[in-house]
Amino acid sequence: MIEVKNIEKSFGDSKVLKGISTVFETGKTNLIIGQSGSGKTVLLKSLLGIHKPDKGTISFDGRIYSNLSDDEKRALRTEIGMVFQGSALFDSMTVEENVGFPLKMFTHKTAAEIKERVDFVIHRVNLEDAHHKKPSELSGGMQKRVAIARAIVNNPKYLFCDEPNSGLDPKTSIIIDNLIHEITVEYNITTVINTHDMNSVMEIGEKIVFLKKGILAWEGTKKDIFKTDNEAITDFVYSSNLFKKIRKAQNREE
Amino acid sequence: MLIRYLSQIGKYFLMLKEVFNKPTKWSVMRQLILKEIDDLIIDSLGIVCFISFFVGGVVSIQTALNLTNPLIPKYLIGFATRQSVILEFAPTFISIIMAGKMGSFITSSIGTMRVTEQIDALEVMGVNSLNYLVFPKLIALLLYPFVIGISMFLGILGGWMAAVYGGFASSNDFITGIQQEFIPFHITYAFIKTFVFAFLLATIPSFHGYYMKGGALEVGKASTVSFVWTAVTIILSNYILTQLLLT
Repeated sequence: MIEVKNIEKSFGDSKVLKGISTVFETGKTNLIIGQSGSGKTVLLKSLLGIHKPDKGTISFDGRIYSNLSDDEKRALRTEIGMVFQGSALFDSMTVEENVGFPLKMFTHKTAAEIKERVDFVIHRVNLEDAHHKKPSELSGGMQKRVAIARAIVNNPKYLFCDEPNSGLDPKTSIIIDNLIHEITVEYNITTVINTHDMNSVMEIGEKIVFLKKGILAWEGTKKDIFKTDNEAITDFVYSSNLFKKIRKAQNREE
Repeated sequence: MLIRYLSQIGKYFLMLKEVFNKPTKWSVMRQLILKEIDDLIIDSLGIVCFISFFVGGVVSIQTALNLTNPLIPKYLIGFATRQSVILEFAPTFISIIMAGKMGSFITSSIGTMRVTEQIDALEVMGVNSLNYLVFPKLIALLLYPFVIGISMFLGILGGWMAAVYGGFASSNDFITGIQQEFIPFHITYAFIKTFVFAFLLATIPSFHGYYMKGGALEVGKASTVSFVWTAVTIILSNYILTQLLLT
């Protein structure tokens, strides 16, 4: 579980996060949604320790990040898996080397043990034929799968995904969403996904945190979205014609 | 403007401190060092050999063409070639060329890693990205004096071939010239400079790549800026070291 308490973050005069408090639950896919510029990425980067919040605390299963020593922070980071928007695979390495990188860096496993684990996670993300390929030889969807494999190879307790569907076609997006959800449940991981893809929200949104101009404007589940009267979230969700039609149909049924 | 430069210099020294912090696991570092030796040293040998040989030849021909007074001995061609190549051409001129070749490679590769979030990925995993990316380059460039040694040898060889086969001096004259008034400390001076230049070649382009912001266009701009600053610092440190060591 990740608990965020009253997080504030500014860049110069611009206040990007204005006192965000929420809880990201274990074994669930927690989604941060909001318009571009709402502070989603800054919140995610604050959770990852890339940005240091000006105020407030972030605790990982009771461990308050800002109170940890450098060594403890480094140890905590080995419990984190991250899927970047552009996959962030290392260009100079093959798929196998990319996936095995965290094991090589942070464990004392033998080459054979690393190979066994890498083969297992590559198989888990359905990428059997790509072991020796370089990232440039893979499609966007395959790159995302490699990124997911790399993120889970070291059995993380926390998985963060920054817009995992960006640049993917709808079918591949659903496959990637479902893969993340399956992994979250299977390994009981606290997963936090930053997205503005409403299909993802409807597919895997077990907990949704909606940000608007740096403020937590709404939180709930995907089912709650259709019932809520909160104008901020309804404006955002029903900006899509498809969702307007879904809501109309649901209202008619009721 | 001045404050911006001072803050950049401060940031550069903070970066250097971080490069030696939290070292990467030795088994991984060893592979990175070998890769950097291949990318930075071995891959530079071809161009260094080519330039050194022909510039050595040109120095020799130009010296010969300027020796119009018959009272001036022909061995001066060898002497001038040796002095030019050992003191300035090999350590300084080759380093400026390497600022373009190696420097732009370092800036663009690290800059691309920054743009494509690969550096963020390293940091999130708990890797000290500066140690991971810059330290192997520094160690690989400890072999840079070896490149400069080859450049010195080929520069003088090119000078000898141009002088002898161009009919400007006999082989004996040239070889007498390169032995004339030889001061061993000049070699020490050249290699001290080379070590300093190697350090600048590894760190300044890394700094510009690591702290760049933006996209592909900015990677190109960062490479250019990195070349300019590396060349400027090489020239300035060359002046300072010459003043300190030879006067």
